[in-house]
Amino acid sequence: MFLLRTDRQLAFLLGSCALLSAAIVLLILLFLVKESWPVLQHVALMRFVTDASWHPVQGLYKLTPMLSATLYSTLGAILLATPLGIASALFSRYYAPPFLAGCYRRLVELLAGVPSVVYGFWGLTTLVPLIGRLHPPGVSLLTGILVLTLMILPTVALTVDAALAAVPVAYVRSAAALGLSRWSLISGVALPAARSGITAGILLAAGRAIGETMAVLMVAGNVVEQPHSIFDSVRTLTANIALEVAYATGDHRAALFVSGIALMTLVLVLVGIAECFPRKRYYD
Amino acid sequence: MSHFINNKSEQVDKSDTDDTYTLGPLQSGPPCCIPEPLIRVENLSLYYAAKPALESVSLDIYKGCITALIGPSGCGKTSFLSVLNRLTDMIPGCRVSGKVHFNSTNLLSPSLDVQGLRRDIGMIFQKPVPFPLSIRRNIELPLREYGMNKQADLNEVMQQVLRDVGLWHEVKNRLESPAQALSGGQQQRLCIARALALRPQVLLMDEPCSALDPISSGIVEDLIQRLRDKYTVVIVTHNLAQARRIANFAGFFWIREQRAGCLIEFGQCKQIFEAPAHELTAAYVNGSRG
Repeated sequence: MFLLRTDRQLAFLLGSCALLSAAIVLLILLFLVKESWPVLQHVALMRFVTDASWHPVQGLYKLTPMLSATLYSTLGAILLATPLGIASALFSRYYAPPFLAGCYRRLVELLAGVPSVVYGFWGLTTLVPLIGRLHPPGVSLLTGILVLTLMILPTVALTVDAALAAVPVAYVRSAAALGLSRWSLISGVALPAARSGITAGILLAAGRAIGETMAVLMVAGNVVEQPHSIFDSVRTLTANIALEVAYATGDHRAALFVSGIALMTLVLVLVGIAECFPRKRYYD
Repeated sequence: MSHFINNKSEQVDKSDTDDTYTLGPLQSGPPCCIPEPLIRVENLSLYYAAKPALESVSLDIYKGCITALIGPSGCGKTSFLSVLNRLTDMIPGCRVSGKVHFNSTNLLSPSLDVQGLRRDIGMIFQKPVPFPLSIRRNIELPLREYGMNKQADLNEVMQQVLRDVGLWHEVKNRLESPAQALSGGQQQRLCIARALALRPQVLLMDEPCSALDPISSGIVEDLIQRLRDKYTVVIVTHNLAQARRIANFAGFFWIREQRAGCLIEFGQCKQIFEAPAHELTAAYVNGSRG
């Protein structure tokens, strides 16, 4: 297959690395299943949906309120962050003067690096009272969504920006030669050309939003209840694990690992959706 | 709107039954057209930052004629083309001096409606640049930009220009498929059709055949021949035989010692190739220099 020995060696090295990364994912899944096995043995899987509530010490394991809290907060954050992130990228790529665009991009990168606890602090001290005035208690799904939006916004903005930067210069020149306005260039040519990159960025951000623990935990109120409005307090799956794992033992502890599996499944579904997404309707 | 659909009656009955590829009869123009300058270039110089790329070029581009610009790489032919539709505006640090008149408007005026100018002076690039859209959307995008929104009008113009470039029979059954799945030659003809859809007066072509195989190149060359009289064409080409076959006028560019390009000789194509006045031109067209 390879003519040169160095090629064979490189192929072996790269192959091993790939195998290792794949193995790590499988091992994590295996570990989650192993740790949650004690509870899965005598509690039917459906009970995590059908039980009356989440009282693991009394043997009640309903996970759906927390699952929906995670889903709603992720969905809300994606819905808010996507248009904002795309707008931000379009501004820095096509409208801002080069110097300003450079500064702006650095700033967004910095925003991406702010620790989630800091966002949580800001949310707790500023956002929660504000929303509390609108509709008490303030700690709510809405606050969680807003803080999450702020957190994933830079991810969306930076990936979309990179995708737009990869749009061939020839398209831009060609569009200009046809006398297209900047907006036609963007909506007609640049965005369609960058679509796969934009989708990737949104999925990446969704993954981050699902996994985010600290910031949401600080502002969402952590009441285990099915939310009925965006002003209700909610507890996400990740927050649940973080809050209870310190003192959980036995079946309770194993049940927390089940919520870990639920999170993992969510991410797998997301990746699956990404795979099914029409890859690229127009070839290069 | 009538602007777009003026030769409606002409194209409807044209070879609708004929499914084989054909460009139709060549309209080989008169030996030379009426010498009426459409673009007058006087003393044009162009600088990239401080570096001069073109120095004092003066020439007239005649209406309805094909003007070929020949010369070695890096002598400023492409830069010259870019001045004519103000694509030079997009290059940071690019400075242009001199006078260029198009239909007696000052083409270099900072207050000029550049978008309108580019509609009148279209450009075709060396590498075909179909947008990553369907064949239909590629043609419709610029038309919609200029306010044509009725699907019937759009279809009509699209069919007309695709026929003009001999592409209609090849793509009529797959207008919704991606333009980038077409072959190189088809892509280039699509780009020409897209430019023609805006009914420009002038078409600038920057080596439109050099990225194509000989067959496609021949087809595009035939197409350029057919544009004569209806459009004014300025073509940069490295293919001297091609320039000789298609051009009415030819300009020979060369690089001076100071690394700035300049126009050595400009005249009727026949004269440039058969009786060049300058010894550099003679050497270049005979293949002993450049």
